[in-house]
Amino acid sequence: MKYDMIIAGVGGQGILSIASLLGRAALNLNLHLKQSEVHGMAQRGGAVLAHLRIADQPIHSDLVPRGAAAMILSMEPLEALRYLPWLDTATGWVVTNAEPLHNIEPYPNLDAIAAEIRRLPQAFLFNADKMARDLGAPRAVNMAMLGAASTFIPLPSAALESAIVSQFSRKGETVVASNLAVFRAGRQATAALHPG
Amino acid sequence: MDTKTLFLGDEAVAQGAMDAGISGVYAYPGTPSTEIMEYVQAAPEAGARGVHRQWSANEKTAMEEALGMSYAGKRALVCMKHVGLNVAADAFINSAITGVNGGLVVVAADDPSMHSSQNEQDSRFYGKFAAVPVCEPCSQQEAYDMVRAAFDFSEKIRLPVLLRITTRLAHSRADVVPAPARAENPLNPSSDPRQWVLLPAHARRNWAALLARMPEITALGDAFPWNRFIPGTNRQMGILAAGIAFNYLNECFPGGTCPFPILKLGQYPLSSARLATLQAACDSLLILEDGAPFIEEQLVGLFPNPVMPIRGRLDGTLPRTGELTPENVAAALGRARPEGPAVPPLVTPRPPALCRGCPHSDTYAFLKEVMSDFPAGRVFSDIGCYTLGALPPYEAIHSCVDMGASITMAKGASDAGVRPAIAVIGDSTFAHSGITGLLDAVAESSPVKLLILDNEITGMTGGQESLAFGRLESIAAGIGVDPAHIRVVTPLAKHHAENVRILREEIAWPGVSVIIARRACIQMRRKG
Ligand SMILES: Cc1ncc(C[n+]2csc(CCOP(=O)(O)OP(=O)(O)O)c2C)c(N)n1
Ligand code: SF4
Repeated sequence: MKYDMIIAGVGGQGILSIASLLGRAALNLNLHLKQSEVHGMAQRGGAVLAHLRIADQPIHSDLVPRGAAAMILSMEPLEALRYLPWLDTATGWVVTNAEPLHNIEPYPNLDAIAAEIRRLPQAFLFNADKMARDLGAPRAVNMAMLGAASTFIPLPSAALESAIVSQFSRKGETVVASNLAVFRAGRQATAALHPG
Repeated sequence: MDTKTLFLGDEAVAQGAMDAGISGVYAYPGTPSTEIMEYVQAAPEAGARGVHRQWSANEKTAMEEALGMSYAGKRALVCMKHVGLNVAADAFINSAITGVNGGLVVVAADDPSMHSSQNEQDSRFYGKFAAVPVCEPCSQQEAYDMVRAAFDFSEKIRLPVLLRITTRLAHSRADVVPAPARAENPLNPSSDPRQWVLLPAHARRNWAALLARMPEITALGDAFPWNRFIPGTNRQMGILAAGIAFNYLNECFPGGTCPFPILKLGQYPLSSARLATLQAACDSLLILEDGAPFIEEQLVGLFPNPVMPIRGRLDGTLPRTGELTPENVAAALGRARPEGPAVPPLVTPRPPALCRGCPHSDTYAFLKEVMSDFPAGRVFSDIGCYTLGALPPYEAIHSCVDMGASITMAKGASDAGVRPAIAVIGDSTFAHSGITGLLDAVAESSPVKLLILDNEITGMTGGQESLAFGRLESIAAGIGVDPAHIRVVTPLAKHHAENVRILREEIAWPGVSVIIARRACIQMRRKG
C-alpha cells in the first residue's frame, strides 16, 4: 500500500492538525509515514501545504512528486486549484471546502473557481464551514474535511476516530464528541462516492 | 524510549542530542532550525536533568556559550539557521583552532529555495572553510543516529562537528526508532591554556596540527555507515547522491532498481579513496546535492577537460538555484513523469501578510502618514513579521538586508545626507544585533530615528521569548540615548494622531531618537 496526498489551505486553517491526525493513525497501524510541512513566513495567512505519504514499505522522498497524489484535500476552494499539478489525474480525488477565505484583493470569481473544480474527473466540493457550524462545532471545519476525505484514504475509519479521541482528549469529552460528530458527518457526505 | 515515534527532522536532532547526553542547547530562533530548541524546551526529561535550554541573544553568543560548556568538559549542541552561521562565524571558525573538550555539535539548517530566508547559502562551505567535519543526514532516522555519532566523533577528534540539514528534512516528520539514552559528561574543565589561548604562537601550532590530521579525520569520517557504495550493472553513469538527494534518487527507482552505481554520501570532507571506487565503476558522473554545487565544483575543478564527463548543477542538468525536488532529480535521470492538470490562470498568489489586528500595521499607519511629508526620506527596515510592511497595502519600508542592518544602514545613509533616516526593527532583532548599531549612532549623535516595534515576542518564528523584553528603555538609555528622546507609544488606531505628532517631533530633533511602539503580538495573546 502506498498513498500520497497534498493537504492545502491558508496559514492558520488547521492543516497541520489534519496531517498530524492522519500521521498518528498511520503510526498506530504500524505504517511508514513522511509528512512534510510548511513552517515559517507563509504561516502568516499565506498559502500553505503539507505533503503526506503513507505506505507499508519505507518511503524515500519527503515530498510527493507531481502527478502522484491520490488526494488533494483543501480547506479552501482557491487553494485546491493551486496544487493540481500534484494530482494523479487517472485516480486522484480533490476534496475541498467550498467556503472561501478572503484575505487577498481581488479574490477570483468564486463561481469560476467552482467550475474549475467540477471540471476535474473526481472532485467533491462542499461547505465544510456550514457543516461544522450546523453541528454546533464551528471550529471543527478541518474535521469535516478529514471526514469527507477519509472515505478515499486507505486507513480504517476506526483508526482515524481513535486518533481524534487521543488528539482531543485533553480538551474534555464534549470537544471529543463534537469533533467525532463532525468527522462522521463529513465521512457520510462522501460515502456514496466511494468506488467500492 | 525505544518505540517508533514520529519526529520532525528538527525533533530527531533534538532527541538524538538529548539521548547522546548533552548538558546544554544554545540557539537563536530561525526557520528551519527553531523546533530543535523548542523540542528540548518542551521535553520533561531535559527539565528533570537540568539541560540548559534558554534562547541566546544571537547565534554568536550561542556558539560561544556552547564552546564554554565544551571547555568545561560537557556536551553542547548549538542550533541556527544558515544565515545564523554568518553571525556565529567568528566563534565557529576559531573553535576549530582551539578544538573542543566536551563534544560540540553545531547544527546549521539551510533553506535552499529561500522559503523563509534572504539567501540560500550552503553551510557545507563553512565546514570546509573552518576545516571541521560536516555530516548531512538523508532521513530523520539518520539525523537521530548522526547526532550521537557526531558527538562521539567530536570527542574523539577533539573538534566541533557541523551537522547540516535542509528545510525539507527539518520540517518533515517520519518514524524514528530512538536508541537508549546515555549519561552526561562530568564537569571537567580544560587545564590546557595552550589549546584555548589563541595567541599567534599557539594558533599557528594548533592550525598546523589540525591540517596534519585532516587525512586521518577524513578517513575516520568516511567509515560512517552513511557513506555507502552501491554497485550497479550499467557503467554509463555513476551517481553521487549527498544528503536528501539520495531519497529523490530512490524515488525514481523504487525497490532498489537503479541500474547505475551509486555513492551515497553523508559526511565531509570527501574521501578521495571513496570517490575513486565510484570513478572506477562508471564512465560519467551525475552529482545530486541539495544547495550549492559544493561537491561538483570540487570534482570538476577549473580544467576544461575533466577526467570524465560530470553533470549536475553547473552544466544545467539540474537548476543552478533552488532546492532539489523529486521532479528536477527525475528529469536529470531522464525519468520525468506526467504532471497533473495545469493550474488554472485564475489562481492568484496568496502571499503572507500581517495578521489582522497586528500592532505593526498600526505602526506602519502612522509612519506612512509622517513619511508622506518627506519624499526624500527613507525607511530602513529589518527582519521579522514587520518586513511584510514592504508589501501592499503598507509599502512602508525601503530595505531589509540582515539582522540589525536597519539602524546601521540608516546611520550610513544619514552620514551621506538622507533626511530623515528612519530605522525600523523588532524587539528580538534589536536584542540580536541592533544594540551595537545604536551605539554607533549615539557615538556620533547621528540624526537617526529608530522605531523599535516591541510586540514583546519573536513573532516571525512563532513566538519565542525576546531577550529585550522589559529592557528596551534601559538598554537605550544605558548606551547613551538621551532619555528625553526615548519615547514610548501605543500602536492603536485611537492613538494614531498622537503617534503622528510624536514621530514628527522626533524627526524635527537633530539627534538619535528611539521610539518604542509597544503592543503585544496578537498571536501571543491568543496563546495565553
Ligand atoms: C541571523 C539570523 N538569525 C535568525 C533569523 C530568523 N529570524 C528572522 S526575523 C526573526 C526575529 C523577529 O523577531 P522580532 O524582531 O521581535 O520581530 P517580529 O517578528 O516579532 O515582528 C528571526 C529570529 C534571521 N533571518 N537571521
Ligand atoms: S504573528 Fe504577531 S507580530 Fe507577526 S504578524 Fe501576527 S500579530 Fe503581527
